[in-house]
Amino acid sequence: MELTNLNQEAVLLLEDGTVFRGKQCGNAGIKVGEINFVVGMTGFQEIFTDPSNCGQILVTTNTHVGNYGVAPNESASNKVQIAGLVCNKFANNYSRVQAEKGLQELFEENDVVGVEDIDTRALVRHIRSKGSMLGILSSNGEKIDELKRQLKDYPKNNTTDLLKNVSTPQAYTVGEETAKFKIAVLDLGVRKNILDNLVWHDAYVKVFPYNTSLEEINKFQPQAYLIPNGPGNPNDLREVIRMIQTILKTDKPLLGLGLGCQLMAISQNVEVVKMNHGHRSDNQPVKNLMTGKAETTIQSYSYTINREQAEKSTLIQITHVNLNDEVVEGISIKNKKAFGVQFLPIIYTKEHDSAYIYDQFFELIK
Amino acid sequence: MPKDTSIKSVLIIGSGPIIIGQACEFDYSGSQAARSLREEGVEVSLINSNPATIMTDEVTADHIYLLPLTVESIEQILQERQIDCVLPTMGGQTALNLCKEASEIGLWEKYNVRVIGLDLHTIETTEDRELFREYCEKIGLKSAPSMVANSMLEGKDAAQKIGFPIVIRPSYTLGGTGGSIVYKPDNFEKLLAHGLQSSPVHEVLLDKAVIGWKEIEIELLRDNNDNVIIVCTVENLDPMGVHTGDSITVAPAVTISEKLQQKLKEQSIKLIRNIGNFSGGCNVQFAVDPVTEDVIVVEINPRVSRSSALASKATGYPIAKIASKLALGYSLDELENQITKTTSAFFEPSLDYIIVKIPRWNFDKFHGADTTLGFQMKAVGEVMGIGRNFNEALQKACQSLENRKIGIGADGKSWTRIQDVLDSLEKPSWDRIFKIYDAINLGVPLSSIHKLTQIDMWFLNQIKDLSLIEKEIRKYTLDTLPKNLLEEAKINGFSDAQIAWILSVDEDEVYAKRKELGVMRVFKTVDTCAGEYDAATPYFYSTFGVENESIRSEKKKIIVLGAGPNRIGQGIEFDYCCVHGLLALKEEGYEAIMINCNPETVSTDFDVADKLYFEPVFWEHLWELIEHEQPEGVIVQLGGQTALKLAEKLTERGVKIIGSSYNSLDLAEDRGRFSDLLKELNIPYPEYGTAHNADQALEVAKRTGYPVLVRPSYVLGGQRMKIVINDDELEMAVLDLLKHIGDNQILIDHFLDRAIEAEIDAIYDGETVKIMGVMEHIEPAGIHSGDSNAVLPPFSLGPFIIDTMKEYTEKLCKALEIRGLINIQFAIKDKKVFVIEANPRASRTTPFISKAYNIPYLNYATKIMLGTKKVKDFEYKEKMEGYAIKEPVFSFNKFPGVSKELGPEMKSTGETIRFIKDLKDAYFRQLYREKSMFLSK
Repeated sequence: MELTNLNQEAVLLLEDGTVFRGKQCGNAGIKVGEINFVVGMTGFQEIFTDPSNCGQILVTTNTHVGNYGVAPNESASNKVQIAGLVCNKFANNYSRVQAEKGLQELFEENDVVGVEDIDTRALVRHIRSKGSMLGILSSNGEKIDELKRQLKDYPKNNTTDLLKNVSTPQAYTVGEETAKFKIAVLDLGVRKNILDNLVWHDAYVKVFPYNTSLEEINKFQPQAYLIPNGPGNPNDLREVIRMIQTILKTDKPLLGLGLGCQLMAISQNVEVVKMNHGHRSDNQPVKNLMTGKAETTIQSYSYTINREQAEKSTLIQITHVNLNDEVVEGISIKNKKAFGVQFLPIIYTKEHDSAYIYDQFFELIK
Repeated sequence: MPKDTSIKSVLIIGSGPIIIGQACEFDYSGSQAARSLREEGVEVSLINSNPATIMTDEVTADHIYLLPLTVESIEQILQERQIDCVLPTMGGQTALNLCKEASEIGLWEKYNVRVIGLDLHTIETTEDRELFREYCEKIGLKSAPSMVANSMLEGKDAAQKIGFPIVIRPSYTLGGTGGSIVYKPDNFEKLLAHGLQSSPVHEVLLDKAVIGWKEIEIELLRDNNDNVIIVCTVENLDPMGVHTGDSITVAPAVTISEKLQQKLKEQSIKLIRNIGNFSGGCNVQFAVDPVTEDVIVVEINPRVSRSSALASKATGYPIAKIASKLALGYSLDELENQITKTTSAFFEPSLDYIIVKIPRWNFDKFHGADTTLGFQMKAVGEVMGIGRNFNEALQKACQSLENRKIGIGADGKSWTRIQDVLDSLEKPSWDRIFKIYDAINLGVPLSSIHKLTQIDMWFLNQIKDLSLIEKEIRKYTLDTLPKNLLEEAKINGFSDAQIAWILSVDEDEVYAKRKELGVMRVFKTVDTCAGEYDAATPYFYSTFGVENESIRSEKKKIIVLGAGPNRIGQGIEFDYCCVHGLLALKEEGYEAIMINCNPETVSTDFDVADKLYFEPVFWEHLWELIEHEQPEGVIVQLGGQTALKLAEKLTERGVKIIGSSYNSLDLAEDRGRFSDLLKELNIPYPEYGTAHNADQALEVAKRTGYPVLVRPSYVLGGQRMKIVINDDELEMAVLDLLKHIGDNQILIDHFLDRAIEAEIDAIYDGETVKIMGVMEHIEPAGIHSGDSNAVLPPFSLGPFIIDTMKEYTEKLCKALEIRGLINIQFAIKDKKVFVIEANPRASRTTPFISKAYNIPYLNYATKIMLGTKKVKDFEYKEKMEGYAIKEPVFSFNKFPGVSKELGPEMKSTGETIRFIKDLKDAYFRQLYREKSMFLSK
């Protein structure tokens, strides 16, 4: 092994002109994307493959990334979704018996450009004060002026394009056909683990491309619907919002997670707006107002439900709030078997604080 | 659930004297608990027999009982005071055991006192190994295959069934006392007998040893509403097989996947939810099979602990403070995050830095001790390094240890014989981490190191990077060293001293080069949330980066130097002194800045100082901090020898030493100059001389006459001091010293055999000397003052002798130009008073005197050092009847086979205070009778 790269410089330029210099990791190249930070301390493989983060440049605040490599069956989707990574220390070596490869290999395969040796804390504090913005990441040695030009020319993110990227091209099923429940999932970028949890609850699940019509979906004769997490601006997804409104005219249960929850709020005429810098971590504290209990949740979103409107709304009820910044974390639709949470019940174990989300959903189906 | 308003008065039980396995972390948690309860308007009574604690101070609690930790003392308190509840989870295993004992004899019931924090039966489930194993089984968790034995026969039978290697764990002990790991049947009987004897109930649990598995600790909080958060996951670098208190640990965990993390969390939650009523902090230890990721529960401690103190410092989350509020009935979501002040206490902290804890051992004090690390804890203290990567944190921790290391490797002390290095890898001792570096440098493949140590390859790879950097630097001179390589070295925690050693230049030259190239430290905040929210708390560490968050204020400011890791001869008493120093500075309108690296201390609690820098008390870090903060001065008198020895260089650089100047300090410390001064002042002192070899030593001894005291010239707690009675012994002693300390000067004093020892602590402001207290030792001269029972005031010395001592004290204060504290040791022989030594700083006995007389001497002394107050500005009302005895407490039971005899080298780890009415006291008479029992010479 050689002494870690002393020379390969890489640079991050932000929309507001701020420059951070570090060293190249991952693939060499140039990438533009919205820059957001993740404050969690584990689950990087899951975060990088989470479709909710599609096309983004993520900043990880944990000191080291990639220590335990990449394990089969622990990705949130079948590819890396982020465009770029900004970190402090990128692991050249990983150590885990279960792992099949290192992060470097994964990034090379998926063309993810990275920069390490960045004062990520300074960067996070900058994003926190200025709000999330576009960034350009390059290890090609271009001049800053050239990067500025490229950044300026970069087309605004289009949610439909993002969905095309993350959604399945064809419908597919998971679980046994003989299972007790039939659930339809509209794939806006669903994390695999969510589907696993449905299957563990004895469901046969069919996952549909984001642009499937409700009629098409209903041919599957689902007992309930799940609108999951995904990337982009929910206000762009008028079709899905209308679909939710139609579903809600029936008596069938509906669960919204992340983006799905935001869409449910919009469908009930409650505004959803972009946040200064969103929530991305595995330690978001949420209070369940229905039970009075608190839970630590995994979140990955940039859009929040207008709390004032939600409080006044006669159609929805706030069920969860964030204990740190008090934003809405969950809603239910009055007199309907429909509820949604902004966080993601990514669950491997039964004692998990948020395991009840699935129980509650299946309770509605019974 | 809101707080239970019926609770008006709470008794907190402390942990007593410092012993191995139970150190000043419980002063930290007890103090936090007391303050936290008082914030809620609850009246706090506190029992602890350890006078060197902040928790037993008026600044902390309402009613303080400096009493032995016995049920009799508890009953006395309950008779005197209306107590509603007792909180036993803050004082370690000692407090839990005492609480349980009091319950068994019906004390709590009799006085209508409720136990809060946990159900008492919980203690049984968690402490009784067999019950615990059954409990795990019941809730579907795995623990190591094990059996209970109450006799040798049962033990041998169990061993046959379980097989080797096997772990012996005595029930109801702390810090793994009496525990061991047995690899081969040969040693089994001896260790089994030791284990059975160590258990108060003559019971051991025999576990299948899961050697080499990952050892992971989870610190969690649970409230009445059954909410649970994981405050911190700590990964042990040393895998299973080394007690966690003796392991190098890292937070956050670095080799744990999300899936495994969830599994550990689930099991922790199961363990704590099913155990009965519990609200507070809890520690769970797991072993993880690195291949299958199978998990085994090792143990659970339903109380705050050494680990929770570390977790608090590591994350900024004050576990004891919040745990106390939970005991009052609050739920986590009702409390605020104490660091951000805007977010919730129901929050699992995110770290954007990494901490490494390294234990501090004192094997040099226990000659003949088994120095191999195993299941029984042997460390006396610990340090924590904070950095932006593992290597930086590791090196900072090494620089904090004060064992003359300047980081990992690159100090000319590396071993070069491969076989020796490999042997030391297989048998872990205090220096294994350094030997790993040596092995890598010698080209031993990481896979071989991994095989011998079972340490995760990720850690080994990090350390290998350090070795590569050292090799790379070697290719250059200071002038040709490229900036990016210098940067890389600094980012990886190399000290200027290490780089200087590699390049054969002076440390200051490296510093100058750094300054020229702009490779300088910045300071970052420990904020619990990785920058997601703004933090209101000034808790900082240094690193290399682009943004500095510690904004220098315009206030006049003073830095207090801490005492570094606890060790024998320098312990909790200096933390007590520093805390009072900080509070006094604030009262005088200064910004009080603390620098220390010991996570067990109160002085590193984020709300004690105005600004806390959690940094090595190491020249390089201190100097960059001084350059940044530009304080008016630095206080070195409160942090023991650690702080004092930095005075010279500070003075050279023109930094003001608050109180006695460096010249005064040096005059008192330099044996030659000091003796000349005594001569000049006409104060008797034992004849002495200095030597660099055995011949010179013999000549000195001829002049002074035997017996003589032999020692190196700069020592702490009488390290390697010996009393010898003839030429042969002297020769041996000198040769032995030279072997261990190299070319240090050796001091030879005539030893005043059978003399009475006494000491005085005093304060001087330049005008008036205030004698704080005069203490007489029960044991004769020859036993280190720290190991002697000291009686305040003297019990046998006549007024003439005492006046002479006071007179000498006054003369010395003036001649040494003391400003602030001084401690003077005397020997009295044939009615003649000799001065043995003077320590121009806070001493081990300063807190003891303050407690005995109930006078805040440290507060006064700090203000006098500053010059803002004079001795005459204060009142001195001594509130004591009879006598107070400072009794040493030892930890010999951790070292079977080590001689218990006492001598001029200090061996005690802690102390207690005992008040007696008069000299007829039975306890005192017993001590007096036995005064020479453990004397070695």
